[in-house]
Amino acid sequence: MALNTDPNLTDPDGFYAALIDAHDGLDADQSAALNARLILILANQIGDTTTLTDALQAAKKA
Amino acid sequence: MNAPLRDRYPLAFTLYPYQRSADQDAAKAAHHPVVIAGGGPIGLALALDLGLKGQPVLVLDDHEGVGLGSRAICFAKRTLEICHRLGAAGPMLDKGVQWQKGRVFRDKDELFNFDLLPEDGHRFPAFINLSQIHFEKFLHEAITRANADGAQIDIRGKNRVDALTQNADGAQLEIMTPDGLYQITADYVVACDGARSPIRDMLGLGFEGRVFEDNFLIADVKMTADFPTERWFWFEPWFKSGDSALLHKQPDDIWRIDFQLGWDIDREKEMKEDNIRARVDQMLGEGVKYDLDWCSIYTFQCRRMHEFVHDRVIFCGDAAHQVSPFGARGANSGVQDAENLAWRLDMLLRGQTTADILNHYNTERVMAADENIQNSSRATDFLTPKSDVSRVFRNAVLDLAGSHPFARTMVNSGRLSVPCIYDVDGFGPDALPDGPARSRPGAPCPDAPVGNGYLLDQLGGGFQLLGIGVDVPETITANRVTIRGITIAKTPEITDRLLGTAVTHAVYVLRPDQHIIARWDSFDEAAVSAAIANALGT
Repeated sequence: MALNTDPNLTDPDGFYAALIDAHDGLDADQSAALNARLILILANQIGDTTTLTDALQAAKKA
Repeated sequence: MNAPLRDRYPLAFTLYPYQRSADQDAAKAAHHPVVIAGGGPIGLALALDLGLKGQPVLVLDDHEGVGLGSRAICFAKRTLEICHRLGAAGPMLDKGVQWQKGRVFRDKDELFNFDLLPEDGHRFPAFINLSQIHFEKFLHEAITRANADGAQIDIRGKNRVDALTQNADGAQLEIMTPDGLYQITADYVVACDGARSPIRDMLGLGFEGRVFEDNFLIADVKMTADFPTERWFWFEPWFKSGDSALLHKQPDDIWRIDFQLGWDIDREKEMKEDNIRARVDQMLGEGVKYDLDWCSIYTFQCRRMHEFVHDRVIFCGDAAHQVSPFGARGANSGVQDAENLAWRLDMLLRGQTTADILNHYNTERVMAADENIQNSSRATDFLTPKSDVSRVFRNAVLDLAGSHPFARTMVNSGRLSVPCIYDVDGFGPDALPDGPARSRPGAPCPDAPVGNGYLLDQLGGGFQLLGIGVDVPETITANRVTIRGITIAKTPEITDRLLGTAVTHAVYVLRPDQHIIARWDSFDEAAVSAAIANALGT
């Protein structure tokens, strides 16, 4: 499955705010741990190897 | 070299005490078709396989039997299938411990447990726990039985290869014994002389790869405590005896305990009995009585030789490749090396094929070594994160594993050895419409119940034609090899593993190591001949 980089979020501003709120009160280590857990959960939701590989590449290139 | 022989380790069993051989008094260097250097599990398996095929084999070992210390403890299904073909698996299965439940802990909490339920309808379980000492002893007993039936397998204890040279005609060896040096010549020398392979050094060959910066303490303890027969693995254990720990049962009330100690340790201090006992006490709890049976601290490497075949000298097992212990991919892959090589050497020595056939050994077993190194490196990176971010993700997986099943699939304390499927030249065609992927050309034939026994029992040790629901000839000859044919009936397991649902019958042709060469939906002798020619590289 091709990586979708077109707008796909139902509520972009709402998600961004929720993401920042989730880190409220966390120190750098706790934030890094939260991010890691989030990445793993989202990666499992995607599942497809090609999409994940493309996502890694897109993130590295940015 | 030429230093006197000294034991490098104590023996558990003396199996082949030094005896002066006629070769030592010969006026001219005696000649042997195959010389195997090293009487460990791989050397013995190879010697037995060649001996059963009728080849005279000479095995040289600088000790007189099996070394103390259990070392390898986990023998996988494919190894047991190979040993069964060699007539050695019965006692292994009787003595070995079978388990199917594993538990993964972090600190004090059990994150999850798993049932390693093997698929039904196989002669052998996914693996057994058995000490290497017994594995070697049972192979040696099978060699003794084979020799009583006419095999010519000569194992010479306290015979150390001190020098090796080779030319176009063969190899020349200088061998040290308690009575001094003697010389022999050989058509082929197989180095099964372990991770520190002296023969590799004699040929000046490299052994490249990664060193992992961690130390592990193994303690095999003997106790009659009432722990269940399960594999328990701790990450960051509450008892603080290491960064991770493993408890695993072996036969004879021996338990294998591994502690991950970290990189900067005082080896001498950690090996002191009091310090080992302190770690074990913390893990097992106060008042549990046990004896320390064997202890060792090890670091490990994942590495391999660039090529496993060097003209007349061929490398097998740890001499050719080395992995971390996670996944039991050391001894198990070495036994598969031996099986992959035995039938080739036999055909070569009989003049049925050319030395090109050894190139396929190199290609296939290098591929298998890379697969094992990849799996083993991944497990090691999970256990011993090599960077801060790697540790963050590792801990994130553990954080999630307790309540999110998907994360359990990423928890990696070793992926158990399974045989390599050789997706390389020398196999095919795959002309069975919608044939199961697990039995594609290159794969080892899956086992299945047949009549009152099992499919692999029927395959014997030569080239094999297998008809499923269709008659095939009892014998055909192609490329100077005789191919035996058997026909088996369709059963639910055969349909699932070998036939698929798109067709009603299938024809397979297999190598002597039970790897599938090619498959079709009908028998065509010319097609079988062509596939065998392709497999032999002729």
